[in-house]
Amino acid sequence: MSESSGHFDERADIAPGAEEEHSLRARVLGYVVGLVLALLLTATSFFIAGTDLVWQPSIPVAIVVLAIAQMGVHLVFFLHITTGPDNTNNVLALAFGLLIVFLVVGGSIWIMGHLNQNMPPMEQIMKMQ
Amino acid sequence: MLGKLDWSAIPFGQPIPLVAGAVVLVAILAVLAWVVIRGHLPYLWSEWITSVDHKRIGVMYILLASVMLLRGGSDAIMMRIQQAIAYQSAGYLPPEHYNQIFSAHGTIMIFFVAMPFVIGLMNLVVPLQLGVRDVAFPTLNSVGFWLTATGALLVNLSLVIGEFARTGWLAFPPLSGLTYSPGVGVDYYAWALQISGVGTLVAGINLVTTVLKLRTKGMSYLRMPMFCWTTLASNLLIVAAFPILTATLAMLLLDRYLGFHFFTNEAGGNVMMFMNLIWAWGHPEVYILVLPAFGIYSEVVSTFSGKPLFGYRSMVLATMAICVVSFMVWLHHFFTMGAGPDVNAIFGIASMIIAIPTGVKIYNWLFTMYGGRIRFATPMLWSIGFMVTFIIGGLTGVLLAVPPADFQLHNSMFLVAHFHNVIIGGVLFGAFAGFEYWFPKAFGFRLSERWGKVAFWFTFTGFFVTFMPLYIVGMLGMTRRMQHYDVAAWRPWMIVAAFGMLLLCIGVISQIVQLVVSIRNREALRDRTGDPWDGRSLEWATSSPPPVFNFAFYPDVRGEDAYWAMKQHAKEQLERREPEYRDIEMPRNSPTGFICAFFATVMGFSLIWHIWWLVIVGGLGAFTTFVVFAWRDHDEYVIPAAEVAKIDRANIEERRNLVSMAGGV
Amino acid sequence: MAMTATVEHADPHHLGRAVEHAGPAPKHIVTAYGFWIFLLSDIVMFSCFFAAYAVLVHQVADGPKGAEIFDLRNVAVETICLLLSSFACGMASIAADLRNRLWFYLSMTVTCVLGLAFLAMEFREFADLVSRGYGPSRSAFLTAFFSLVGCHGLHVSAGVLWLLTMMAQVFAKGFRADIMRRMTCFALFWHALDIIWVAVFSVVYLLGGAA
Repeated sequence: MSESSGHFDERADIAPGAEEEHSLRARVLGYVVGLVLALLLTATSFFIAGTDLVWQPSIPVAIVVLAIAQMGVHLVFFLHITTGPDNTNNVLALAFGLLIVFLVVGGSIWIMGHLNQNMPPMEQIMKMQ
Repeated sequence: MLGKLDWSAIPFGQPIPLVAGAVVLVAILAVLAWVVIRGHLPYLWSEWITSVDHKRIGVMYILLASVMLLRGGSDAIMMRIQQAIAYQSAGYLPPEHYNQIFSAHGTIMIFFVAMPFVIGLMNLVVPLQLGVRDVAFPTLNSVGFWLTATGALLVNLSLVIGEFARTGWLAFPPLSGLTYSPGVGVDYYAWALQISGVGTLVAGINLVTTVLKLRTKGMSYLRMPMFCWTTLASNLLIVAAFPILTATLAMLLLDRYLGFHFFTNEAGGNVMMFMNLIWAWGHPEVYILVLPAFGIYSEVVSTFSGKPLFGYRSMVLATMAICVVSFMVWLHHFFTMGAGPDVNAIFGIASMIIAIPTGVKIYNWLFTMYGGRIRFATPMLWSIGFMVTFIIGGLTGVLLAVPPADFQLHNSMFLVAHFHNVIIGGVLFGAFAGFEYWFPKAFGFRLSERWGKVAFWFTFTGFFVTFMPLYIVGMLGMTRRMQHYDVAAWRPWMIVAAFGMLLLCIGVISQIVQLVVSIRNREALRDRTGDPWDGRSLEWATSSPPPVFNFAFYPDVRGEDAYWAMKQHAKEQLERREPEYRDIEMPRNSPTGFICAFFATVMGFSLIWHIWWLVIVGGLGAFTTFVVFAWRDHDEYVIPAAEVAKIDRANIEERRNLVSMAGGV
Repeated sequence: MAMTATVEHADPHHLGRAVEHAGPAPKHIVTAYGFWIFLLSDIVMFSCFFAAYAVLVHQVADGPKGAEIFDLRNVAVETICLLLSSFACGMASIAADLRNRLWFYLSMTVTCVLGLAFLAMEFREFADLVSRGYGPSRSAFLTAFFSLVGCHGLHVSAGVLWLLTMMAQVFAKGFRADIMRRMTCFALFWHALDIIWVAVFSVVYLLGGAA
């Protein structure tokens, strides 16, 4: 297949994880920015989880939002997944994966919640009696 | 030293598995002896076992599926006979044996017949249709195949060493937990599926990457043949769904081996979580199987109607819609487990919605045939037979998707009839259609049409005679998996079904006869042009069987139905000046797959029997194999330009003769 | 790149109308894409363990709750280890691209040490819980906890093994094209494990610890 590699190298496509052409400085800087942002978001998460300075019911939401933000940071700065046109295929695959993750986790929680409510486990029945 | 393994594992007291196992063992030894004595072993090793050629791996997948079809089929015969005679009597199969048989039948038919059959066809055909020389990861492809074979081997080992699961093909806990299944049966089941599941995942990743990243010049997405689209959809589903199966079975195994509490009744475990997760895999699995079959029908119907596929874009859309929606319906497998009306209603509606894209497909096939010049060759017969059969199966499926109706029909023989209706009528007919259709491509000669038609008509009628009675007994209240029964009204139908089984058997035997007869007459049936059916896509543009590099040049695709377009200009093309041939690099054969599978077998077997030191040996062996593979320096070999030219010229010569005969040039 | 860009603008969404498909992709794109697909499937597998955790988190069977056994300080240090190792792994990728052996070995060693430190801390946490009688068989909650976190830990262990193999390969063979492809895959794997860890510490430790 390597016959093709030289021939079609100039194509509108980029490998996941691969960066566009940048100088060394820009590349290192990218990782530094990613690391700083990730550390900041992590620190915020841990801080919020342990604090009583914010309205308590907002804490789980905040943690989820921060986690999603941090995953985004990792994707962009470490895995170099961007919205650029040369990344379409990689992003589409990611979107499909995320849809499945959402369906499996969300669906399971929803379905199992209902099953638990309608058919509680033996222990809970015993407790109710 | 040997864990739980001792002489009591061999079922000396049970004649049926012992004799069956002995027969299989003798057959395998006989084949091996023949191979060794005739000196075929070096050829087999270097050309097949270590092959990384997608065509050969495809053929081996299909061979595995065919052999396992006979195994799963004999389970089916035993069950039908049991139910025909076990009216107010115990029949001839004791319950613990009967339970193993229906579990093995389901497991084998889904994982080791349907899956390898469709994966084999996809492997064989998709790179050819895309106009490329191989799949994305050739060696990994071989690993995937051999891991699937490992799974099949472990399931069959359970016949003679130990026992198989008695839990049904999905091994629901708590029955499959340690308390109620203390034996090795469930372990055989789970490890066989874990290992073959890895193989399937590898195949899925490979084919997704192939379709998305390896297409010849000009083959944009909307010019791909329909089979490539369905392959993409099906393998996306494999990649998304098989990890769920792996995780679920891992949880079951953790419960069984390390005393975890995922699915136990004690300590807060939740049995329903297993049903939930396993069906989140199980429903997409159905579409993993049937989507490639839909692709095959699209190719066959279009070719044998002599027309482009009607509504190509709507077909693409329908395929991708099924791909996504199939992940949103899994609860319909357990409507009766106690979810509230809103959950049931939403999943019921989603299940009915999925019938819409499927209906779109049916109409597209009908409109493709409409106004076409239809040739009723064997692949076309299977396709038409499919349309008739599948519509019935699909409609009973919509019926089952209505929760109130499902409460009546759940786990009844009606359900059994329904899923056999869609799997046999959908997947198996499609696999047979693809087998007849692409056989000449793979081996260079056609199959006997006469025996093909005999096989079709027996299988087709046999299917209806076997499974329509099951719908009726289901309505009469018969539940599935009954070892014996006392209701007189069911008896006649069970006898009819057993008779239908006989017809199905004749169908399968006809297919074996067809193969034998065709191999004997192969010179008369030789396909010299590479295009025996007047095909439309690129696999017919190369010789039959294709050279190892498939195409001397990457074909330049200018539209849909690439090869059809080429044939319109066949005369000019043949008169064109001969292009300059170049060296071609192809991946080297590698025993990595086979050796990995060997260690996987060792590891699986020792895990089943708790032989811990052997587990470590197997794991180390597999890792070492990979490192050795990663260490090799030459992973490709060169086919010199002269060789390429020689092979390609011979093919062009045959085509030139054909064109001059047809066109009188 | 200039040419690529113009072609792309003619057909940014790969509709295949305006632009001709150029042919099979080069090998490094094929390999990395295939591995990307594998990673997505791996993430789906993790999602099942997350789903199991979410369903079973309250089933403590009179055993300990999350808040009683989690040591958030420990988790924070673990997280920092992983984040730094991800950064080091990024440096190793750059060094490999520049064919700079010294920096490559150095960054990979740092990645490895930080990974091992993470594993050691996780092992200590597990061993401590088991010794207090809070092993995975104690309750469904602990079952789900040990499986989810342990599954991530197994992935990190596999990653360390892979990392050492990669270093040995570069040592023996240099930065050959196939080894560079594997390096791309390894970097993807290592970074993806961090993404999963973000979900783990958020869902398991922070949310599960609060509940």
